[in-house]
Amino acid sequence: MTTLDSSKEIKKNDSEASEHHEDFRMFGLITFLIADGMTFAGFFAAYLTYKAVNPLPDGSIYELELPIPTLNTILLLVSSATFHKAGKALLKNKNSDTQKWLLVTALLGITFLICQLFEYFNLPFGLTDNLFASTFYALTGFHGLHVTLGTLMILIISWQTRPKEGRITNQNMFPLEAVELYWHFVDGIWVILFIILYLL
Amino acid sequence: MTISIDPQDSNTKSLQPKGWLRYFSFSLDHKVIGIQYLICGFLFYLIGGTLASAIRIELASPMSDFMPRDVYNQVLTLHGTIMIFLWIVPVVNGAFGNYLIPFYVGARDMAFPRLNAVAFWLIPPSGLMLVASYFVEGAAQAGWTAYPPLSITTPQSGQIIWIMSVLLLGGSSIFGGINFIATIIKLRRPGLKLMQLPMYCWAMLGTSLLVVLSTPVLAGTLILLSFDIVAHTGFFNPVLGGNVVVYQHLFWFYSHPAVYIMVLPAFGLVSEILPVHSRKPLFGYTTMVFSIMGIVVLGLVVWAHHMFTSGTPPWMRLFFTIATAFIAVPTGIKFFNWVATLWGGKISINSAMLFSCGFIINFVFGGITGVALAQVPFDIHVHDTYFVVAHFHYIVYGGTVFIIFSSIYHWFPKVTGKLMREKLGILHFAITFIGFNLCFAPQHWLGLNGMPRRVAEYDPQFQFVNQISSLGALLMAISTIPFLVNIFLSIKNGKDSGDNPWNALTPEWLTSSPPPVENWEGEAPLVEEPYGYGKPISQEN
Repeated sequence: MTTLDSSKEIKKNDSEASEHHEDFRMFGLITFLIADGMTFAGFFAAYLTYKAVNPLPDGSIYELELPIPTLNTILLLVSSATFHKAGKALLKNKNSDTQKWLLVTALLGITFLICQLFEYFNLPFGLTDNLFASTFYALTGFHGLHVTLGTLMILIISWQTRPKEGRITNQNMFPLEAVELYWHFVDGIWVILFIILYLL
Repeated sequence: MTISIDPQDSNTKSLQPKGWLRYFSFSLDHKVIGIQYLICGFLFYLIGGTLASAIRIELASPMSDFMPRDVYNQVLTLHGTIMIFLWIVPVVNGAFGNYLIPFYVGARDMAFPRLNAVAFWLIPPSGLMLVASYFVEGAAQAGWTAYPPLSITTPQSGQIIWIMSVLLLGGSSIFGGINFIATIIKLRRPGLKLMQLPMYCWAMLGTSLLVVLSTPVLAGTLILLSFDIVAHTGFFNPVLGGNVVVYQHLFWFYSHPAVYIMVLPAFGLVSEILPVHSRKPLFGYTTMVFSIMGIVVLGLVVWAHHMFTSGTPPWMRLFFTIATAFIAVPTGIKFFNWVATLWGGKISINSAMLFSCGFIINFVFGGITGVALAQVPFDIHVHDTYFVVAHFHYIVYGGTVFIIFSSIYHWFPKVTGKLMREKLGILHFAITFIGFNLCFAPQHWLGLNGMPRRVAEYDPQFQFVNQISSLGALLMAISTIPFLVNIFLSIKNGKDSGDNPWNALTPEWLTSSPPPVENWEGEAPLVEEPYGYGKPISQEN
């Protein structure tokens, strides 16, 4: 059997197989997000342990202001909703609407990052000032990295959803769904982070 | 129509290079990737083995005369890291997992072939980086555990390279784990039930769950450690208000499951090999499955038994002692199942079988010392002594590495279509088994008498026993020679094995040897009874 023949045969069998198998890329992504969530879980565990057993020396500054992070929480929650809107619009084949909603989401993400940086610049402590400060920057920074990555991915898929030429259509929604799941995950992590770091 | 990642992307596959060149390419074929893992891992095993020999030469005399103390520390760190992260984990998971799992689930490739290739190609650069750090400003010196404050205060460039390297290897491991879970859960041939899968699938499913749940925690921990080293934060630096015990907790949250990541796949592999060579069904399939999952769950909640001397509070000691002792139950079930599989079977004494039996003997010994070490009073006595070294090597070398060799003998005909030479194989087994036990059994005695591990010098009263141990290490080094000769001779002019030299029933043998690129010509067979030896419904009749 020549290579050409065998590759044809694989193709044939593939189409048979794909009828039986659901799309498992989403499954892989969920597994990855569980792994990613475990990294955060490790950080949270470290933070809570420090809080419980390592009292800061007298005179350490570790007070956080609430307005900016609260605004940030709202921004991210709204962005989750706008992303959802984008997906709904794609289902109805309205690609230009999808693109608009995605751009709004990306804009919300960028605003979040700007607010975060603004908060960083106005905090009374730096990375190495004390244990609380280090943990604070490590946690929010690691989360901010996720938001940055997510925003970039949203910009890419909004380009790919452009009407007519874009490769993301309601026949091929996986890239959009994948980024959406990732974005909701990052939002969820932020809510936990907000509660643990700012409210507790 | 889907344009992107198709699991069995045949067009890309047919563009791959042919012949030996494909092993140096970004191949997407799971069989090629499996062999890449195996050979890459074996090369690192030779490096790690050379380092081990250097350690044993140094320890043949009580003074540090063979190499300076700081070099000894580097050699020790590199030996541990290379053997764990570049030999055992990639080979026992990546090599055999990639080669076998698609056959076992009746697929033509892994669920994510590109991710699979990426996972492999992260390994050689990070390994080379790690080895190269020795020649830059000296490798890391803090041992494979990299405990702070030692890892913060020793020379930093080596430690940072070590962290980067382990992060990359961890990433590779996570990608592999995601791939295995997706392949086993989602890519099964229609009609193949979970409880009909060969045991290695279950072992890999459990292992991959551990990889996905625990490796990211190690990654996070090492990121924090690198902050401590580079940016002078104080997460783990007591001088700056940090807490070293937090590092230990986070580290062992990965590294205890890592022991199961190293040994569970070996459990799976031995469960494949024993039934074939004793012509009997695997004893207690269901109990095997449940004990694997039991080990996974328990394995995640026993980590602090490594920290009984780190000022752990009494309730924690109690909890972790009991949880650890419980692991002996599922492990014991597996052990008795293997023995029961052999019981009354038509056993062929060949290299694969000998190494598997060697595994059972060594493993039960390592398991018993493991239960002993879980007891707080005993652990405090032998903590950080050679007793721990002996226990660990009985599990990881006497357990897993024996199974790696056994698997190579067992699946060599599958990969190459040629048989290995039995006499050389048996010679290899004999030297390895004697050398291994000669090397590590005396170390129990050394540990009980208080010889600390990880130190280049020791009390002269231990010299004689250390020399016996070094002699064993020499034998282990020599044992590699018949193995390598065997491999080269067998590849060059080994006897033709036919498609199924062992008359095995597991799915990978139901195709030609070596298998075609697409694994099966035509549809994948539905193997409902992978261990149906001696039963009326089997392929033999």
